[in-house]
Amino acid sequence: MPARSARPGFVLDVDRSTPPTLFWHGEQYHLERLPAGSRVVYPPEALPALEHPDAAIRHALLNPLGDSQPLPSLLRAGMRLTICFDDISLPLPPMRRPDVRQRVIEAVLDMAAEAGVDDVVLIAALALHRRMTEQELRHALGDRVYDAFAPQGLLTQLDAEDPESMLHLGTTDAGEDVEISKRAATSDLIVYVNINLVAMDGGHKSVATGLASYRSLRHHHNVRTMQHSRSFMDQHRSELHSSNWRMGRHIAACGIKIFQIETTLNSNTFPEQFAFLQRREWEWTARDRATFLGVSKSLDRTPARLARSIFQSIRSPHQMQSVQAGEVEAVHEVTTRNVYRQQLVEVQGQSDILTMGLPYICPYNVNSIMNPILVACLGLGYFFNLYRGKPLVREGGVVIMRHPTPWAFHPVHHPSYIDFFEQVLAETTDPLEIESKFEEGFATDPWYVHLYRTSYAYHGVHPFYMWYWCAHALQHLGGVILVGGDPKAVRRMGFKPASTMRDALEMAEDVVGRDPSITHMHTPPLLIADVK
Amino acid sequence: MRVPRLPARFPYGAPTWPRGVPRPRAEGRTGVNYDTSWARRYPVRLVRAAVLDGVTRPLVHAVASPTMEGLDRLEAMTGPAIFAANHASHIDTPLLLTALPERIRHRTAIAAAADTFFDKEWKAALSAFGIGAIPIERVRVSPQSTRLGSELIKDGWNLVIFPEGGRSPDGWGRSHRAGAAYLAQRTGAPVVPVHLDGTRRIQKKGAKGIRPSSTRVSFGQPLHPDDGEDTRTFAARVERAIAVLADEEAVGFWQARRRASAGTTPTLVGPAAPRWRRTWALGEGKRRTGGPRRWPRTSRS
Repeated sequence: MPARSARPGFVLDVDRSTPPTLFWHGEQYHLERLPAGSRVVYPPEALPALEHPDAAIRHALLNPLGDSQPLPSLLRAGMRLTICFDDISLPLPPMRRPDVRQRVIEAVLDMAAEAGVDDVVLIAALALHRRMTEQELRHALGDRVYDAFAPQGLLTQLDAEDPESMLHLGTTDAGEDVEISKRAATSDLIVYVNINLVAMDGGHKSVATGLASYRSLRHHHNVRTMQHSRSFMDQHRSELHSSNWRMGRHIAACGIKIFQIETTLNSNTFPEQFAFLQRREWEWTARDRATFLGVSKSLDRTPARLARSIFQSIRSPHQMQSVQAGEVEAVHEVTTRNVYRQQLVEVQGQSDILTMGLPYICPYNVNSIMNPILVACLGLGYFFNLYRGKPLVREGGVVIMRHPTPWAFHPVHHPSYIDFFEQVLAETTDPLEIESKFEEGFATDPWYVHLYRTSYAYHGVHPFYMWYWCAHALQHLGGVILVGGDPKAVRRMGFKPASTMRDALEMAEDVVGRDPSITHMHTPPLLIADVK
Repeated sequence: MRVPRLPARFPYGAPTWPRGVPRPRAEGRTGVNYDTSWARRYPVRLVRAAVLDGVTRPLVHAVASPTMEGLDRLEAMTGPAIFAANHASHIDTPLLLTALPERIRHRTAIAAAADTFFDKEWKAALSAFGIGAIPIERVRVSPQSTRLGSELIKDGWNLVIFPEGGRSPDGWGRSHRAGAAYLAQRTGAPVVPVHLDGTRRIQKKGAKGIRPSSTRVSFGQPLHPDDGEDTRTFAARVERAIAVLADEEAVGFWQARRRASAGTTPTLVGPAAPRWRRTWALGEGKRRTGGPRRWPRTSRS
């Protein structure tokens, strides 16, 4: 237990006595002095972790929520059991060993072994993400699980482009195709192991998205759905959520049994060496300041590639804060409450300008490069949507992001991103036009399909989805400014480049008028602004 | 002369604390829990007295050129007292301490804000040794502070308290808190009202350096709480007494007494008006002392 209880998040009103504020800047960070009168939204401190996580997992499996029997009662000899788990995109940064998935899956396998279940298959729920490497799988599942299942081909990764391994389950009332993994759909029981980093994760989205094909995903991964999800973190106002729920209920109606396990993590995001990243600036100790200066000055002289590999090697000290299991909707309700408990910060009113420093990592560049499209997606798709109620910035306002935004792509992980950036964005940045003119071609391109299935590439349609994530923000905002980015790359995306935060604020005044109100999101660690 | 302030800027130096964020209550050995008894042991007092008389006093005289008034009012005092003064500058404490008669000076403790002077061990030790400070809570009358203050007075120590709870942000005073009045009622010690004038010119709140200027220290008549007088009323009487001392400086003793009798003594808190009007009003009725003359003297031209 920590020495004192975790303090809630809060909103700081900047005045002359406020020290400069930390802004992430990719694999670097900077201190910026915000104008007096600005607001800074700080995330809550990390909640206490579960003292005995393994016991808590076992307790959750034996005491399920909702209309579900305890897991041992659902297991029997001769049954087909499929255990699905979240892929490399969660958690962020990847957590220290043992990963939550390893703990939970080992507990599930213990019970399956006790019940004499022989037919067990593990599936990494990739959807259209890239496949995980052996090292990544070992990290997520632990060596015991990997060595027991992988050599026999029982540890698989979803191949959404293999017609033989997918099963069409019909359509929802809204006419949405539901197509998921055949192995999962034909199992007696699916156990899905989630890591719920944000409120959007989990629930029916786990199976309906994680195990689905393009044919199914395109019904909610489209511009209209994204523009009508306000925000993704607010289930009651998210069209993405509604669509997934329709699909999830359809899957249940088809007789497919799901035992959902959801875990939440506390926001203890960075290791002790980088403790200053999750401290409030005025509480920085001499050691924090020395670390900041040492790391910052060293990074100034470090080649980008080396800096990237240093940051990508960070293993987060995330700790499990809660675990619940049972029927999907009942479980997800409790999980969402726990996520909100860790991340929600009440904020009064919107502002003209929202500033954010973007870190080196997002769900789609773990052990990879944060290309310009992912920068846009992290800022406008994820951070902008970290709200409940109203966006932090008013309609017609400006978002100022800080990130180096290099014109750089990982050729193995993101091949279709390169063409999307070079060809599609060169022609238009309008998500609706992009969707109607280009999506189909990229989604069905045989080369991208081949790379997705056999290499470690994201699906051909994935960069489109990243751009659609930004659709709500692009529709809402009057302008987007990127500070410190490669001007060519920034302009390609239709944003304005600025060299300094001061320049950016002056540029923003051209859009929102003089003396604008400014709010800065001091994240990560993550927060959800509950805007009143 | 402008003495530059050396501390480096954040992150090379320590960060400033945002005004809107309350400081966490000090825990452990610092803050109100800091034990200052070692600083009142005889050998430490001896060293402090030597430093106070040999170093601090000459420095204060060089920087603040103090004029003392009303010291005669202290002569009749035999027991310990509580000195309650207005507060505009960090220079107030050494100025008042060195202005006190010797018999009082070396047996005086300063009530200092625990969140500022006792938040770190080295600062706490320096404050306790240098000025004989004891920690008190700025925002409330805490049992610990009250107990310590009472014990000191009963032991024959005088106490300096700034009842405004902190330095003036704009030159005007702030409403008094009841700590000094409460201690006086609890211990029976009198409260001596003290008005310090001109210290803001030397170093106002937030200023980066010090600028030598002349100052004036006025001691008022020691006040005792009346029978049945409640703490708030007594605190208000002390506040009025300091306002009268300030008025004496502006309009002279007699006019100030007449205005005090008529209840028309200007308050120290200034008008409830926009900031510029408060600043404007601050200059009214003040004698120009020190500082550069704007026009040459005609007799020399």
